[in-house]
Amino acid sequence: MRTFGWVKCVGAAVLSTALVSCASTAADAQAQAPSFDDAVKSSFKERGQAGMDRLNRNAMQLACSVPADQSPTGDAAKAIQEQAQARVVFPADGEYFGDWKAGEKIAQTGKGMQYSDDPAEPNGGNCYACHQMAPDEIAYGTLGPSLKGYGKLRGTSDPMLQYTWTRLWNSHVYNVCSHMPRFGDAGILTEQQLKDVMAYLFDPKSPVNQ
Amino acid sequence: MKKMSGMRWPALLALTIMGCASGVVVAQQSDDDIFAEYREMFGDDNPAELIEWQGEDLWKEARGPKQASLEQCDLGLGPGVVDGAYAQLPRFFADAGRVMDLESRLVYCMVELQGFDKAEAAAKPYSGRGEEPSALEALSAFIAGRSKGTPVAVPQDHPAERAAFELGKQFFYLRAGPHDFSCATCHSQSGKRIRLQALPNLTASEDARKAFSTWPGYRISQGTVRTMEWRMGDCARQQRLPEMKFGSDVAIGLITYLGVMAEGEPMDAPGLKR
Repeated sequence: MRTFGWVKCVGAAVLSTALVSCASTAADAQAQAPSFDDAVKSSFKERGQAGMDRLNRNAMQLACSVPADQSPTGDAAKAIQEQAQARVVFPADGEYFGDWKAGEKIAQTGKGMQYSDDPAEPNGGNCYACHQMAPDEIAYGTLGPSLKGYGKLRGTSDPMLQYTWTRLWNSHVYNVCSHMPRFGDAGILTEQQLKDVMAYLFDPKSPVNQ
Repeated sequence: MKKMSGMRWPALLALTIMGCASGVVVAQQSDDDIFAEYREMFGDDNPAELIEWQGEDLWKEARGPKQASLEQCDLGLGPGVVDGAYAQLPRFFADAGRVMDLESRLVYCMVELQGFDKAEAAAKPYSGRGEEPSALEALSAFIAGRSKGTPVAVPQDHPAERAAFELGKQFFYLRAGPHDFSCATCHSQSGKRIRLQALPNLTASEDARKAFSTWPGYRISQGTVRTMEWRMGDCARQQRLPEMKFGSDVAIGLITYLGVMAEGEPMDAPGLKR
């Protein structure tokens, strides 16, 4: 039981892990064995705002469901990155900056989209979970690079603003299997919230740039 | 300690209180230093001990429609053998025809030996805030405690045990949900932290051994013992996934994967957790 049927395995889009799984369990496979996807679906149930549709993976999620050293390369990576780029939506009014104080709150807030969260509340960005930002905030994580002095170090040229907006919208444009959530593309933050985070990163008065 | 927010409030509150109480300069330390100090203050005393005793009483008490105790429950080493059993779970049980972790095995025994309804026995595996520990929490604390010092040896002999490992490993890397998080997002690099909290790299033996051998654990910020299945399910919640079902193939697969990664580590549960 619970072995992966080799036929479904070969058909799975998560090629590298699936092949490893096949190699080590093919001998164990039984006709009635459920596929990996079936095993996953039967292991979860809808709760609050977290529906079962959250287990349906898009092409990027499927391709990136592997150890880092097996991430897609070459044309496969290029296809994911180009698709990500094509889906980026820039601010309708051409204005990149909102309110850095609102942006700070978004960077500090980790709530949003968990089944334990109130869906009526705005989502947080939780930037500090992974990034250093303002130098006087010591409770920052280290999964992502430090963003201390972000705007001061990089300036506010158009290409820099477009790059940063794109990075927030869908980080996979630049790193095919980036760990960073697609804050714009996945609808985690609104356009206004993204502008507020942009201001927190670039505004000379923002604590990030002190 | 300014500007804390979000899901880490209880932990940070506890941390602040402890920091003040012991006169520690919080700003210079990670959470883990603080909790290490807290553990040291406890010495050999772990508040989980009280819950272990409750679990032992529950194990011996005649309960359920059959008014039987759990003392003849087979945890893998034969009926009634508790010592060292937890260090070899999850494993395949021929009587149930599937791989079971401690918690799903306890439910099986409650049904078979005590006559409880299965859905009822598994309906509320974890206690709510401020509530008494659940039967499964107390029993898990007791049984895990009876494996202290026994090296972890999660079996991989039966094909179903190897399949559980493969399922757990594959799920570990599964990216899904609005945030694209997998277990590996937070737990596949060494020396990283989220906010101030160190993240174990569960793909590396050293961290996996330490993590696996200390669950179930007394969760200081919640004032109760939490089980390994609770740990898996709460990570899934933070991954923005739907609810991971208690006793599900994925839960047992992940625990099998971590157990195999932790091979050889002497059990040291219930641990003390933040």
